[in-house]
Amino acid sequence: MLDVIGLRSQEDLVSYLPSEVRFNGRLRLENGKSEYEIIDYFKHLADENANGYATFLGAGVYNHYRPVLVDTVVSRGEFLTSYTPYPAEISQGTLTSIFEFQTMVCQLTGMEVANASMYDGSSAVPEAAMMAVRITRRDKILIARSVHPEYGQVLRTYTQHQGIPVEEIKYSKNGRVDLDDLKSKLSEGVAAIIVQTPNFFGILEQLDEISSLAKSKGALLIVVFTEAVALGLIEPPRQADIVAGELQSFAISPSYGGPYAGIIATHEKYMRQLPGRLVGETTDAHGGRAFCLTLATREQHIRREKATSNICTNQALLALMATVFMTIYGKQGLRELAEQNLSKAHYLAAKLPLRFDAPFFNEFVARTNGRSPEQINAALLEHKIIGGLPLGRFYPELDGCMLLCATEMSRRETMDTVAQAFKGGRA
Amino acid sequence: MINKVSKHIVQNEPLIFERTSPGKRGYQLPELDVPPVDPVQALGAKNVRSEIEDFPEVSEFEVLRHFSRLSTWNYAIDLGLYPLGSCTMKYNPRVNEVVARTEGLAWAHPYQPEHLSQGAMQVIAALEHALGEITGMDAVTLQPAAGAHGEFTGILMIRALLESRGGARSKILVPDSAHGTNPATAMMVGYSVENIKSNDRGVVDLEVLARAVTDDVAALMITNPNTVGVFEENIRKICGILHDKGALVYMDGANMNALVGVARPGDFGVDVMHLNLHKTFSTPHGGGGPGAGAVAVAQVLTPFLPGPRLRRAANGWTWNYDCPQSIGRVRAFYGNFGVLIRALAYILAHGGNGLRQATLDALLNANYLRTLLEPHYQIAYEAPSMHECVFSDDRQAKKGVRTGDIAKRLIDYGFHPYTVSFPLIVRGALMIEPTETESKLELDQFAGAMISIAKEVEDNPELVLKAPHSTRTPRVDEVTAARKPVVRWRPAAAASQAAD
Repeated sequence: MLDVIGLRSQEDLVSYLPSEVRFNGRLRLENGKSEYEIIDYFKHLADENANGYATFLGAGVYNHYRPVLVDTVVSRGEFLTSYTPYPAEISQGTLTSIFEFQTMVCQLTGMEVANASMYDGSSAVPEAAMMAVRITRRDKILIARSVHPEYGQVLRTYTQHQGIPVEEIKYSKNGRVDLDDLKSKLSEGVAAIIVQTPNFFGILEQLDEISSLAKSKGALLIVVFTEAVALGLIEPPRQADIVAGELQSFAISPSYGGPYAGIIATHEKYMRQLPGRLVGETTDAHGGRAFCLTLATREQHIRREKATSNICTNQALLALMATVFMTIYGKQGLRELAEQNLSKAHYLAAKLPLRFDAPFFNEFVARTNGRSPEQINAALLEHKIIGGLPLGRFYPELDGCMLLCATEMSRRETMDTVAQAFKGGRA
Repeated sequence: MINKVSKHIVQNEPLIFERTSPGKRGYQLPELDVPPVDPVQALGAKNVRSEIEDFPEVSEFEVLRHFSRLSTWNYAIDLGLYPLGSCTMKYNPRVNEVVARTEGLAWAHPYQPEHLSQGAMQVIAALEHALGEITGMDAVTLQPAAGAHGEFTGILMIRALLESRGGARSKILVPDSAHGTNPATAMMVGYSVENIKSNDRGVVDLEVLARAVTDDVAALMITNPNTVGVFEENIRKICGILHDKGALVYMDGANMNALVGVARPGDFGVDVMHLNLHKTFSTPHGGGGPGAGAVAVAQVLTPFLPGPRLRRAANGWTWNYDCPQSIGRVRAFYGNFGVLIRALAYILAHGGNGLRQATLDALLNANYLRTLLEPHYQIAYEAPSMHECVFSDDRQAKKGVRTGDIAKRLIDYGFHPYTVSFPLIVRGALMIEPTETESKLELDQFAGAMISIAKEVEDNPELVLKAPHSTRTPRVDEVTAARKPVVRWRPAAAASQAAD
C-alpha cells in the first residue's frame, strides 16, 4: 500500500506535520492487554463495587428485571454497529424500530408525536423548556421542587445564558406541588410549568388542577416522568403540552448512571419545534411502505445556528432496548408489572412511618424516627441490602427521611428485614 | 461486475402493531409474594388508566422474529466498510460488550454508597487519566453524553472563565467547514456566530482570522484535522492569534482518530476540546447512539468543569460536590458510564504504542484510497490527507450525476455511502473515511466499486441516477415524508379518519 501511495514508511504519513506540533514522546499508557486480561481487569473492578446486593434505591434509576431477549436483539451487529439511519434504503431496520418506538411512547404518554430519543430524562427537561420558550415566545420557567433535583440542576445549567429565568415551586405538606405557591408565581411571562409525576417522592401530582392554572395564564405544562413503569397503570399525562421522560426502567441497566434514553413527546401542532431526530412514514419508488428520517430542517446539520437544538448523536440503541421491552411485556404485561410494583411498595410502606400522605406508586418517603438514615442503611448493608436514599443531601428540610423504592425485584423477606431495621431491632 | 453483494433472502415483516393478537403474551412475571393492592383504592379511580390502546400483544418468539427480521434490513460495520467521513466507523470489539455487562458494573446504582462504588469510580478515574495523556490536556470530564453535549460543556466553561475575567464577550468564530453542531452550540450558550471563510487550500486563512478576532470574540471553534481531512498546519499561530486577544480555542475532536499518539492538542495550544468516544475509541454507534463526549481542558479552565468531580481521598475515591465555580451539571449522575467502560477497554487493548499504530493505519488506509480514486474523482484540495479524503463531484456533475447519486449506486456494490454533500465548502462533496480496521481487500473492493461507478457515469448515467437497484427498499420519497409527516402508527380505521 505504501508503494501505491509512493511512501517509504508509515512515518512519512505524518512527517509533513510541523515539528512544533508533532508529538515525539510516547504515550504514558500501559502496553496493550489481551482479551483475557481485559475481562479480568473489569472483573476485579466489579468486585470492588456492590455485587449481589438487594437494593431499595430508586430516585430516577430503577432496578427492574431485563428480559433476556432484549440483550439478544441489541447484540445483533446489524443494530449494534450501524450508524444513524441516514440512507433509508439500507437502514429500514433501525428506521422501522424507531417508528415503533415513537408510536409506543405516544400510546404510553397519551401524546401525538414523540422524538427518536434524547440523551436522558435530565437533558430532555431543558430541551422541553427551550421548546416551550420558542412556542410561547415567553421566557420564564417554573419548576416544581418535587421534580428530580438533578434534573432541576441540569435545567439551570442549560438556561443560564439563554435569558430564561427559572423559579422553583414549593411542595405542600402532602408532598405534592403547592398550588397556592404556584398560583402566586404564575404570571403572563411564564412559558412553562414543569412538574413530575410520579414525582421525586413517588407521589402522583394533581395534573388537572395544575393544568387549569397553567391554561389560565397561557403557560404550557411540561410533565416529567422518571419511572416509566408507572405509565402501565396510571392515567397518562394527557393534560401536558409536552412530556419529557426517562425510559431507563424499560430494560436499561442502571450502569452507574448511564447510558439511558430520554424522550420528548408532544402534540402534533408543536411537532416542528421538537428537538432531535424524527422518523416518518413514506413510500418507496415501488409504492411500498418505507420509513426515513424527517423534518431535518429543525436540526443542526441543516439549520446550524438556527436549529431547535444542537443534539446530534442520541440514544438509539437504548431506545431499541426500551422498544423490545415494551413489546415483550405488551398491553397486559406492562399493567401487571406496574401492579406488582404498586403492591410491593405498598407492602413495605405499610410497615414504615411515612413522611407524606398522598397516593404514591413504587417509591415513598419514610421518616427514620430518631435514628439517622445512614445508621439504618449501615445496618442493612450487613444483610447485603442497600437501603433508601437519605434525602438531606437534596432537601435539607427532609433530613432524617429516606426515599425507598420497591419493584418486582423486591422480595418479601428482604422488605421485612428493612422494616425491622427501621424499628431498630435486630433485622 | 458487482462482486461484493448478491441477492439473498430478506423476510418481509409488518409493524409489530399489525402482528398483534389480543391476549397473546411474551412475558412471565414471578408470582406475587405480597398481598395484591387494588390500584383504584391505592391511587384513586381517576389516576388509574384504562388499557394502553393498540399496545403490542405478541409471543416471545414473535418478538425475536420481528426484530431479527428488521435487523436484516440494516447495513452495519459488521457487514462491510462504512466510509462515512467524520464518523469514524471502525470495528467495535466484542470484548468491550462483554465487560460493559459485568454484573457489578452494569447493575451499579449511581446513588449506591461510595465505598461500594470504588470499582466504577476507578473506571472513570482511569479513563480520565488516559484521555488526559492522549490529548495532552490537564483535566477531563466524562459527564457529557455525546459530542454536541461536550461542545456545549466546553463553551459554557469558556464563558465562565471569561466572565470571571470581567466579561463573557459576545461572539464565537466558526470556520465555514465546521460541523453544524458548532454554531448550534454557540447559540445555546448565548453567543452569536461569525463564520470564517476557509482559503483555497481548505484551511483557516490567518489574515482573515486575524481581522475577525476582535475584543468581542470569546473563542474560535476549530476542527483539526478539519472536515476536509487536512491538518490545520498553522494551528499554533491560530491559537496565538486568539490568545493574544484574550480569546480561547475550542477544538472539535471529531477527527481525533487522525492524531492519537501523533499530535496532542494540549501541546499545540488548544484550551478545551471534546472527544467522541463513539468514534475514536470504538464504542458502537448503535444506529445513532449512545455516545459519550469527554471534554478535556487546560489548567486555566479546571475550576469551571461540571460537578461533581472525582477526587482521591484518604480511603478511596469520592465525588466532590463542592465546586463553587463550576458551570453546573450538564446531565444527571456522572455520564454515559457503560460507554466509558467500552472506551477504556479499547485503550487497554491497544496500549500507548497500539493507539499510535492505529492512527498510522487509519492514515495509511485513507491515503491509499485517495491514491486509487484520484484519477477518477476530483480531489477537493491538494493538501495531504490525514484520516479521510474529500472529493468533489465536479467531473460527474458534467454528466448530471451528483454526489448523492453516486452514494446511492455505491449501495448496489454492497457498501454504505460515504458522507454526502459535507463539508459545505466543497461543491458536491464525497467525504470518505475508511478507518484503520479495514483490510486491503476491503479497500480494493471499495475502490473498485467507486471506479466502476465513475465509468458508469460516463457510459450510462441513468443507471447511477436511478440507483439503488439491488436493495429490498428502492429510493425513498423523503419529500412527502417531510411535507405530510406521519410519525406514528395508527390502526387502519383511525389512520383513514385522520387522512380525511
